[in-house]
Amino acid sequence: MGHTSIIDDLKKKSILELLEQGKRIDGRSLEEVRPLDIEIGAIPKANGSARVRLGDTEVISGVKIQPDRPFPDMGDKGIFICTAEVLPVAHPSVETGPPNEDVIELARVVDRGIRESHMIDLSQLVIEKDKSVVGVFADNSVIDYAGNLFDACSYATTAALLSSKTPKWEMQNDSPKLVEGAESDVPITTIPVSVTMAKIGDYIVVDPNADEWDCMDARITITTDSDGNICALQKGGHDGFRHEELIKCGELSVSIGKKIRETLKQAKQGSQ
Amino acid sequence: MGGRDTEVVLLDENGIRCDGRKINEPRRIMIKAGVLKNANGSAYIEFGDNKILAGVYGPRDVHPKHMSNTDTGILRCRYHMQPFSVTERKNPAPSRREIEISKVIKEALEPAVMLDKFPRTAVDVFIEVLQADGGSRCAALDAASVALADAGIPMRDMVSACAAGKVADTIVLDVNNEEDQAGQADMPVGYMPNLEKITLLQLDGVLTPEEYKKCVQTGIDGCKLVYEIQKKALTDKYFAGGNE
Repeated sequence: MGHTSIIDDLKKKSILELLEQGKRIDGRSLEEVRPLDIEIGAIPKANGSARVRLGDTEVISGVKIQPDRPFPDMGDKGIFICTAEVLPVAHPSVETGPPNEDVIELARVVDRGIRESHMIDLSQLVIEKDKSVVGVFADNSVIDYAGNLFDACSYATTAALLSSKTPKWEMQNDSPKLVEGAESDVPITTIPVSVTMAKIGDYIVVDPNADEWDCMDARITITTDSDGNICALQKGGHDGFRHEELIKCGELSVSIGKKIRETLKQAKQGSQ
Repeated sequence: MGGRDTEVVLLDENGIRCDGRKINEPRRIMIKAGVLKNANGSAYIEFGDNKILAGVYGPRDVHPKHMSNTDTGILRCRYHMQPFSVTERKNPAPSRREIEISKVIKEALEPAVMLDKFPRTAVDVFIEVLQADGGSRCAALDAASVALADAGIPMRDMVSACAAGKVADTIVLDVNNEEDQAGQADMPVGYMPNLEKITLLQLDGVLTPEEYKKCVQTGIDGCKLVYEIQKKALTDKYFAGGNE
């Protein structure tokens, strides 16, 4: 992650040579996503959870739901907060301590995709207006690193939220009190799916693996909703995209996102 | 975020926005190059109600040393907001938002700066937001780019930035703070006008694929307007009034 060496230079050369023949270093086609495996309900103590493997990248997402005070001026809406952490078990280069800029960006991009799609109908998560609302906290832990954490964390969060059950609270003596046996699904309006693409030389590859991640020139993560609209976007990396490349990435994110959305739906149905 | 419904008329029947601008009209932009004595290069920008200062130091020795690279120079960037720059006092410690913006601005500038000419050195870009309005990251990038040029650092192109967005179901140029809070989408765009490359791109809010295409194009058109103002700032300083 983020380290360059002579090996990386040689690797980039071989990756580029393969791309010129329309091939990738792990045998995929340019627009092919690695195998996506979703295990729903991996952590029964959470209100919702998912363990996601995207190729060799592995993420666990756990959702905790609890009463909280609303944000100022947002007294009629519940709270959604999404975090991401890369655990030291995930890669030799990971250090403990405060998150670095890459991890902060990761958490914010995953959060933005869910938030801007309005996946959760937060207006349904109010216990008493301006006083107490339901807080939905989705925490992602990366346990094995092999590139493209954006999509792995995004799929894990979405899968965990789709399977989440929220308890019910009622106000008693000015504080929320749990109503036993009154669990319901979290109100979901759409299924956001992010698709991350890397630009290597003049080529665009979907779902870059660890080797491709290390040598890419630029990347873009585009999140689409169930209607096929684009709802969040983040460019990264040390080079730029041409206008026509961005249009192509937009189209890819819609078509690939559609397939992944079906996988997420199937994973949810399989768990019930 | 979230509060996307409001009583404010964002776009009236004559196509005039809440601050009196037309759909494709940017806010007032003023850039001055070379405003600091000590920095190797600097710039001050007023972009609507944004007031932002950018200073560049370098190429210079890298501290801590382990960050230096024998093949190339490195670019470092800090976007920082003053506690008094916003309505509610902002804690002066760098927030997660500021760390992310610092990173996207750095990555937006990197394609333009010829860092390979200065191995083992660092170019530091310090951006201080004195007053913030909508679109501060674009204004910050505009100022940083002029400051780098003012420092005489070899560049492949200028980086110009301007946001586009969706307000009252219409794609508009340069979203202001009010429109950002109440509008439907905000897309900051950073662009190298001569190399025709987009180096910064983010989006908050929902766009159809057609609107996405239009929004990127609108943003690029805005960047081209900003580019002329950036060039003028530099010619004003180096050619006294722009008479080349």
